[in-house]
Amino acid sequence: MAEVNYFLNEEQQMIVELTRQIAREKIIPVRARLDEQEEFPWDLVKDFAQADLFGLFIPEEFGGFGGGCFEMCLALEQLAYGCVGVTTTYAASALGGYPILLFGTDEQKKRYLPDIAAGKKLAAFGLTESGAGSDAAAIQTTAVEEGDYWVLNGSKQWITSGGEAEIYTIIAMTDRHKGPRGASAFIVEKGDPGFSFGKKEKKMGIRSSSTTELFLDNCKIPKDRLLGRRGMGFIIAMRTLDQARPGIGAMGVGLAQAAMDEAIKFARHRIQFGQPVIAFQAIQHMLADMATEIEAARALVYAIARTIDTGIKDMAKLSAMAKLFATDMAMKVTTDAVQVMGGHGYMADYPVEKMMRDAKILQIYEGTNQIQRNVIGQALNKEYAKKA
Amino acid sequence: MDIVVCIKQVPDTATVRFDKEKGTIIREGVQSIINPPDLHALEAGLSLRDQFGGKVTVLTMGPPQAESALRDALSLGADEAVLLSDRAFAAADTLATTYTLLKAIQKIGLPELILCGTHAIDGDTAQVGPGLAARLGWPSITQVAGIEAVEDGAKLLLKRLIDQGYEMVEAELPVLLTCHKTLNTPRVPSLKAKMRAKKAQIPVWSHEDIGAEPDKIGISGSPTWVDSTFVPAFEAKKEMLQGSPEEQVDALIKRLKESGLI
Ligand SMILES: Cc1cc2nc3c(=O)[nH]c(=O)nc-3n(C[C@H](O)[C@H](O)[C@H](O)COP(=O)(O)OP(=O)(O)OC[C@H]3O[C@@H](n4cnc5c(N)ncnc54)[C@H](O)[C@@H]3O)c2cc1C
Repeated sequence: MAEVNYFLNEEQQMIVELTRQIAREKIIPVRARLDEQEEFPWDLVKDFAQADLFGLFIPEEFGGFGGGCFEMCLALEQLAYGCVGVTTTYAASALGGYPILLFGTDEQKKRYLPDIAAGKKLAAFGLTESGAGSDAAAIQTTAVEEGDYWVLNGSKQWITSGGEAEIYTIIAMTDRHKGPRGASAFIVEKGDPGFSFGKKEKKMGIRSSSTTELFLDNCKIPKDRLLGRRGMGFIIAMRTLDQARPGIGAMGVGLAQAAMDEAIKFARHRIQFGQPVIAFQAIQHMLADMATEIEAARALVYAIARTIDTGIKDMAKLSAMAKLFATDMAMKVTTDAVQVMGGHGYMADYPVEKMMRDAKILQIYEGTNQIQRNVIGQALNKEYAKKA
Repeated sequence: MDIVVCIKQVPDTATVRFDKEKGTIIREGVQSIINPPDLHALEAGLSLRDQFGGKVTVLTMGPPQAESALRDALSLGADEAVLLSDRAFAAADTLATTYTLLKAIQKIGLPELILCGTHAIDGDTAQVGPGLAARLGWPSITQVAGIEAVEDGAKLLLKRLIDQGYEMVEAELPVLLTCHKTLNTPRVPSLKAKMRAKKAQIPVWSHEDIGAEPDKIGISGSPTWVDSTFVPAFEAKKEMLQGSPEEQVDALIKRLKESGLI
């Protein structure tokens, strides 16, 4: 049966081939154990590093591969086919690295990007706080200029790879009275004085990923750790998320594909009423919807990622669409995959129960899907106001 | 440390099927892979190179398609690759194969270390490694399951599997090792190496290129001939014993006695 042709070039095909091989040979055999034992996947991090994956989005001059949003999506889709928990660790390093790539000085890029590209150091992104989730502007962490230093105070919540990463992009308020223009972004390193980590959270899914609090207690960092200009904190955060969100959509596509593959394999062999359950039209229709929706999401994510790579400026709406559609799809498809498999699907002996648990996070982090709808809605309102 | 790793392209025996009538392997639809133990030899070579510098050259003798095995090895990080391919090499047994590999290695330039897999999963002779060492006049250490380089890489401390367990062997270079699958975990390919591998020009050497004597290669150089291959018949009969547990046990004991097993 013919497959949709996405006209990948040779390099892109290679990325798919390599990440598919890693998912099959390295991730799938260990994913259940990592999930059950909530074990951080250091061995796999080493494999990703060996495979040059951490540098996929980083330009060659800084030791990377020079790929764009689309190349990242291809890799994330295949890796998430293996495990969304493990892939979250990979994606988080890119999320922590993007602010440096997009807004860093040449000095800062030279200092941090080669280590991130080589996978020698993981990066992380710290925006969320206990009182500031969807409402990012409500953050309370402050940064005050003192001579040649910035001094940071406050705490961040639910930071992916907290404690494991070495390089953190932290958003903190520098001039509260300036409102949205009052935040700035900083690079904080593990080991900086006054910087520490909370305990690892226990989670519904992506349990191999580490999620912790960050504490900044008179954390003193040199002046040159400011990213971009003072006051650009939220702009940096939003641009970073715009760049990364299609990747979360791509993870949804990979995850959903994996769940459907499992469901079909099972349905072809499970006999009830004297026939394989796939012979029932009720099951076939569920599978047909899954396959169609997965392909639609893939086409959308790919098209948007490619559009972003052309260098467009105002990408917030498109980026939100890619995340919204593909991750809602992944939640539905993984839920239906469990349904197709019945009680077997609910058992931990089969991988789809973990897939359903893992799918949920994709609708929450990097902005809930309600927030994605807000972004799209606000963009529409603006666009149509211009047309009026 | 300059290293030559000898690899072989083999059919993926996990997916292989046989034509029972002809007694041959059905090659269609069967994937060709690098002989699995050879991947461990390659990994050993790559990590020694990463540690001590030098280069890893992969060498294979095979049909033109065997080039893809070499590209896979380059994707894993090997520095150079050489394909020995010539109709005159066809149907070589292990005697002719070791001679051909010897001539090629002499042309490459003698390395300090040669690594092979323990055996090829298709022919399963385990002769090529030690045979090649014999032709070179080098020692060979087979079934290597652990390598530690000591004295700055001048000596290797080797763990070698034997029937009762393992023994530790110290070897000076040059030496040939055959690597066991428990030696290491092969790495994954890298994007940059894959790019290089895709573009690499892999030299193809004929028997003339390596100065091999025609009567020592291929079928003319092979005293071993394959007479025929067949799939061993597997016959198992199943019988369900009936009756109460006691009756079943009696019937079972009777059956075992009849067949002389007890
Ligand atoms: C496992 C995990 C990893 C994470 N990793 C990171 C990380 O690495 N870095 C980081 O900075 N953050 C991280 N986060 C935080 C994540 O981005 C936030 O959880 C997310 O943005 C939502 O914030 P919240 O959880 O506080 O939900 P809330 O903002 O409290 O939202 C609660 C509900 O209200 C809805 N809601 C809120 N505001 C609106 C609105 N205006 N309109 C409509 N609905 C609304 C939400 O959609 C949601 O349904 C992580 C979270 C988790 C769970």
